[in-house]
Amino acid sequence: MTGNSTVRIGFGQGFWGDSSEAPVRLVEDGPLDYLALDYLAEVTMSILQKQYQENPSHGYARDFPPLVERLAPTLLARGIQVLANAGGVNPRACAEEIRRRAPQLKVAVVEGDNLLPHLPALLEAGEEFRNLDMGEPLAPLLDRLRSANVYLGAFPLAQALASGAHVVVSGRCADAALALAPMIHRYGWRADEVDKLAAGVVAGHIVECGAQTTGGNCLADWRSIPDLARIAYPVLEIQSDGACVVTKHERYGNGPSGGRVSLASVKEQLVYEIGDPARYFTPDVVADFTTVRLAEDGPNRVRVSGARGLPAPEKLKVSISYHWGWKAAGTLVFSAPHGAEKARRAAEIVWARCADLGLSFAGRNVEVFGEETALLRMAVRDPERRTVDRFTREMIPLVLNGPPGATGYGDGRPKVHEVVAYWPALVSRSVVAPKVEVLA
Amino acid sequence: MKVRLETIAHARSGDKGNLVNIGVIAYEEALYPVLVREVSAEKVRVYFADLIQGEVIRYEMPNIAALNFVCQEALDGGGTLSLRSDAQGKSFGGAILGLEIEVSEEEISLLNLPV
Repeated sequence: MTGNSTVRIGFGQGFWGDSSEAPVRLVEDGPLDYLALDYLAEVTMSILQKQYQENPSHGYARDFPPLVERLAPTLLARGIQVLANAGGVNPRACAEEIRRRAPQLKVAVVEGDNLLPHLPALLEAGEEFRNLDMGEPLAPLLDRLRSANVYLGAFPLAQALASGAHVVVSGRCADAALALAPMIHRYGWRADEVDKLAAGVVAGHIVECGAQTTGGNCLADWRSIPDLARIAYPVLEIQSDGACVVTKHERYGNGPSGGRVSLASVKEQLVYEIGDPARYFTPDVVADFTTVRLAEDGPNRVRVSGARGLPAPEKLKVSISYHWGWKAAGTLVFSAPHGAEKARRAAEIVWARCADLGLSFAGRNVEVFGEETALLRMAVRDPERRTVDRFTREMIPLVLNGPPGATGYGDGRPKVHEVVAYWPALVSRSVVAPKVEVLA
Repeated sequence: MKVRLETIAHARSGDKGNLVNIGVIAYEEALYPVLVREVSAEKVRVYFADLIQGEVIRYEMPNIAALNFVCQEALDGGGTLSLRSDAQGKSFGGAILGLEIEVSEEEISLLNLPV
């Protein structure tokens, strides 16, 4: 449980839809103890909840079980444990599907993040779920709610690892918790060892967006970053005291890996999607990013140390989604000369025609990209579906009845999409009960 | 003289709901004081006046020679609600590097700036 060993954690998925090869390369191309995968962006749960309502055996990232099946022989041969929040709103069904596809694997499931069934009772009991950004109470939206999931921390995930499971499947958890859990498990860190937990959270934050650590989406000297086609995803080498190195495998299949881990790439990720850097809230600790020290440690190696932490917050973050209404966005290309001018004129024509039809929208937007040849993008949103639907019939006619040179209408009329909006809130820790179970 | 922010810094931006945060990182520690002096929260708010409806708060991270700008009401509702092509605020990091800042002749030679 302790000692000076190094634990290696690879992070192979930054969101649902990220590279399907990255997890394979991480387990095959170099030393690894744990593979962590994040499937859940802010809005993903509402999509999964919809799939679950249509079919109660769905509601999770359905490409995860086939991935595990593909990885299974290597996981067993090399003793690698996998952690993923691929379970979405139905972690149990996800875990059962893994068992069906790879019966040789032991699978643990972490539940307790789904608060949707308990919301009426929790509101009754005085939890208000006020919007973290705007401050309004949730109650008026009760009949429009689609999902409500509390961010679980790393301790239940660590408990699941301790069961010896080859794969740990959870629903919503803090992204960094997927990387922190193996450290807690291997080094026996306690909930009051706030500096160690903060170190783990900082390390987890640095890798939780996958290739954004290793040279992807990196502005600093981007032209010189080698071979992005074969970019390796990040690996953490972490010590029992929390000191760690961020690196990547040298190999990618049979050749050298691409991308670059540098001070610049790690700094860009350290500042990614944070608020007050001195108070980065997670369910396990409040980490102070202003205490972190970074240093080069050889090619493609950055040493991270010095993180300080404060005790875990009393309240946990809940991500709630609700039906807002409908939206649609359409694009047209206006050819040279004066494409941008034609595009702007075209937008005015569409709004004038919509006004003649008596349409008004809760929100509308026009974007024009380019000058000589230009892309026009128009979008509207409204609680009424028919209002949005009527708009989608007004764009394509421009090809014949608007300014000259409109093209790029190959996809036809814009599609109407449901807007399921996001409502961040807090809930008392005492009402949250994570549950860990190993599937028989 | 006036130079673009990209001369001294790189950046990355992202979202949290309707918030955008823009992390701006000086290429070298010696450039951090210039960054702190030249890029105020107000300057960022004015630069993105078309896009940011709310307040801009600036946080300092001297440990990595970076500033973090948290911009409120910056994504037309954010996430699924936003009607923008960049609903997640990914483009703010690149865009801010076009901001013009003032550096002295002395700083240019002292800091070896590529201008």
